[in-house]
Amino acid sequence: MSNLLIYPIIIPLLMAMVLVFFRDRIKLQQWLTVLSLLATIGVSLFTVYYVSTEQILVLELGGWSAPFGIVLVGDMLAVVLVAVASFVTLMCLLYGFQSIDTGHKKHFVYPMILVLLTGVNGSFLTGDIFNLFVFFEVMLISSYVLIALGGRKIQLRESMKYVIINIIASTLFVIATAYLYAATGTLNLAHLSERIALAGQDGLLTAISFLYLTVFGLKSGLLLFFWLPGSYSAPPPPIAALFAALLTKVGVYTIIRTFTLLFYHKPEITHTVMLWMAALTMILGALGAVSHWEIKKILSYNVIISVGFILFGVAVGTEQSLSGSFYYLIHDMLSKALIFITGGAIINIFGTDKLKEFSGLILFRPLLGWLFFIGMLALAGVPPLSGFIGKVMILQGAIAAGELAVSIIGLITSLMVLYSILKIFIHSFWGETLMSEGQEYSTGKHALLPGTILVVCIVAMGLGAEWVNTYVTQATEVMVNPNLYIEAVLKQ
Amino acid sequence: METFMIILSGILFTIATYLILNKNFLRIVLGITLFSHATHMMLMAINGLKRGAAPLLGEHADAYTDPIPQALILTSIVISFALTALLLVLGYRTYIELGTDNMKKLRGESHE
Amino acid sequence: MKFTDVYLQTATKILVFIIMTFSIYVLFAGHNNPGGGFIGGLITASALVLLYIAFDLQTVQEVFPVDYKKLAATGVLVSVLTGVGSLVLGVPFLSQTFKYVELPFLGNTELTTAMIFDLGVYMCVVGTTMTIITSISEDDI
Repeated sequence: MSNLLIYPIIIPLLMAMVLVFFRDRIKLQQWLTVLSLLATIGVSLFTVYYVSTEQILVLELGGWSAPFGIVLVGDMLAVVLVAVASFVTLMCLLYGFQSIDTGHKKHFVYPMILVLLTGVNGSFLTGDIFNLFVFFEVMLISSYVLIALGGRKIQLRESMKYVIINIIASTLFVIATAYLYAATGTLNLAHLSERIALAGQDGLLTAISFLYLTVFGLKSGLLLFFWLPGSYSAPPPPIAALFAALLTKVGVYTIIRTFTLLFYHKPEITHTVMLWMAALTMILGALGAVSHWEIKKILSYNVIISVGFILFGVAVGTEQSLSGSFYYLIHDMLSKALIFITGGAIINIFGTDKLKEFSGLILFRPLLGWLFFIGMLALAGVPPLSGFIGKVMILQGAIAAGELAVSIIGLITSLMVLYSILKIFIHSFWGETLMSEGQEYSTGKHALLPGTILVVCIVAMGLGAEWVNTYVTQATEVMVNPNLYIEAVLKQ
Repeated sequence: METFMIILSGILFTIATYLILNKNFLRIVLGITLFSHATHMMLMAINGLKRGAAPLLGEHADAYTDPIPQALILTSIVISFALTALLLVLGYRTYIELGTDNMKKLRGESHE
Repeated sequence: MKFTDVYLQTATKILVFIIMTFSIYVLFAGHNNPGGGFIGGLITASALVLLYIAFDLQTVQEVFPVDYKKLAATGVLVSVLTGVGSLVLGVPFLSQTFKYVELPFLGNTELTTAMIFDLGVYMCVVGTTMTIITSISEDDI
C-alpha cells in the first residue's frame, strides 16, 4: 500500500520522458499530458482518502528501513498539497494548450512542466532533507528552462538573474545540510527531529536553522524576494501562473516542515525572527503591488504578500494559526492560479500589460470579468470565499498569542491587496469599450474553462470549510505534535 | 588534515564570493563553480576524513568510512555540473541576443 | 571548419575503442567496486567528444546517428521502469535483487536488477552530456 506515494512522482516523470519521443506531434503530447495529470490527481486523491482514514503512509525505497534508507512520507500536509499541486498544474495546462505558441510546444514545454510537477510532488513527499534538495533541484532546473524557453530578450535577462540567485541558494542549502549532518549525524527528517529533541536545540543548531531560513526564504520569497517580480513577469502567462501557484509554495511548505518538525524548540528566537521577516515581506510586497502599473508586476507582488501572510501564521505557531496557514496555503495555490490565468487572458487580449492602455472589457468578455472579480475577492479574503476562513484562522490564532501589531499589518496589507487588484479590474473592465470583435490580439476564451473550474473550487472551499477542515485538522495534528511523524517513520 | 581543508575551503569561499560580486558574467560562472567546489570540500572535511572499508559488505574490517558525505558530494557534483552547463549556455545565448555580458547592463529598466 | 590533423585522427581511431571498452568495464564494475553508470557514461561521452574534436560534427553524426535527447529520455525510462518492476511485484519501489548464474564464457556471474538501473543512468548521462556539448558547439562563430 505504501507504494501509493511513488505514483505522483513517477507518473509525470515517465510521461515526460515518453513525450520526448513525440516532439512534433503536439496534439498527442497534449492528450498524453492531460491523461497523466488526471492519473496523478486520481492517485493523489486516493492517497488523501487513505491517509485520512488509515494512517500516515511511509514508503521505504528499496526496502531499506528508515534512518538508513531513503523514505517518502505521506502525512496529511504533504498528500493534500500533492493533490492540489497536480490539480493546479492541470488547470494551467488547460489554459496553456491554446495560449502557448507552437515554438514552445516543439521545444519540450510539456515534458518540462511534467518534470516540474515531479520535482514539486517529490519535495512535498520526501522524508529526507537531502532528497528535498534533490527534488528542489529537479523542480528548479525545469523552471530555469521554462523561464528561458522562447528566448525573448526579457526572458534571457531575467532567467540569468533567477538562475544565479537560485544556484547560490542551492549551494547554501548543501552547506546547511553539511552542517546539520556534522552536528546530528543523520539526514532523515524524523530521525533528525528525534535527535534534536533529545540533545536540545543549542546555539549551533539554531544557527543552522537560520541558514535554512535564509535558503528557504530565498526560494519562497520570504523577505529575500527581490528576484521574484522580475522573473515571474518574464515567461508567458500560463507558465507564470504555474510558477506563482507552485514554486514559492514549495518553499513555504519546506519552512513549515522544518520549523514545525525540526527547529521548534527555540521559538522565541527563530519564530520571532520569522514573524518580523513575514511582517516586512507583507509590507514591502504590498507597497510594490500598489505602486506598479503593469498587471504582471502587480500579480507577482501579490504572490509575495501571500507568502508573508502564510508564514506569519507559521511564525505564530499555535495550533489555530498553523491550521489557518495550511488552509490559506491551499487557497492561495488555487486563487493565484486563477488570478494569473485570468490576468494572463487580459494581457493576451490587449497585447500589453500596461494598465493605462486598457479599458472596458466587461461588455466584451463578461464571463472573464466575473471570474477575475471572484478571484480578486477570494484573494482579499471576502466571505464566503476560501480566503476568508484562512485569514480568520490565522488572525484569531495570532491575536490569541498576543501578536497584535503584525495582525494589524496583515489586515492592512489585505486591504492593499484588494486595492491593487481592484486597480487592474477597474482599468481593464470598466470604462469605455475601445475594442470590437476581431481587434483583439487573442480571444482570451481559453482561460474561461480553467477559470470557471478554479472559481468553483474556491467557492466550494469557502462554503464547504467544515468538510475541508477535517483534513486541515489532521494535517495540523502532525505539525503540532511531531511525535506522530516520528512514530510513523521510525516505527517505534 | 581536516583543519587544513576547512581553511582551504574558507579561502575558496572568499575567492568565490569576490568573483560572484563581479559584473562580468563569466567571472560569476567561475565564482559559482568555485563556490560549489568549496562546498564539496567542506562537506568532506566537516564530517571527518576516515579511512576504512566500504560499509554493508560484510564485517571484516576494523573501521568503516561513512558513505553519506560521499553520496551527498557525488549528487551535488552532478547537479552543479548540470547547472554550470545550463548557465553557460544561457549566458552564451544572452550574449548573442543582448550583446553584453555585463550584469549592470542587464538590469531591465522600464524605459528600455 | 575542417580538421585535417592526421595524428589526431589516427590516434583517435584507436583510442576511442580503448576508452569505450574501459567505460563498459567501469559500468559493469560499478555494483560492488568503484565505477558505475555515471562515470561510465562520462567516459563514453569523452570518447565521443574526442571523435567530435578529431572529425567534424557532420561526419560523426553520419557514422553515429543517435538523437542524444532521445537517448537520455530512454535512459531515464529504463531506470524508472526498473523501479516500476518492483511496484508490479508488490515490494517497495526500487527494491533490488540479484542471482548468481552460470553463463557461457563468463562462468559464475552475478546478475542484478541494479545493473539495469545503472544502464539507464549510463544512457542518460551519455545523452545529456552529448546534448549539452553538441548544442553548444553547433553555432560556429
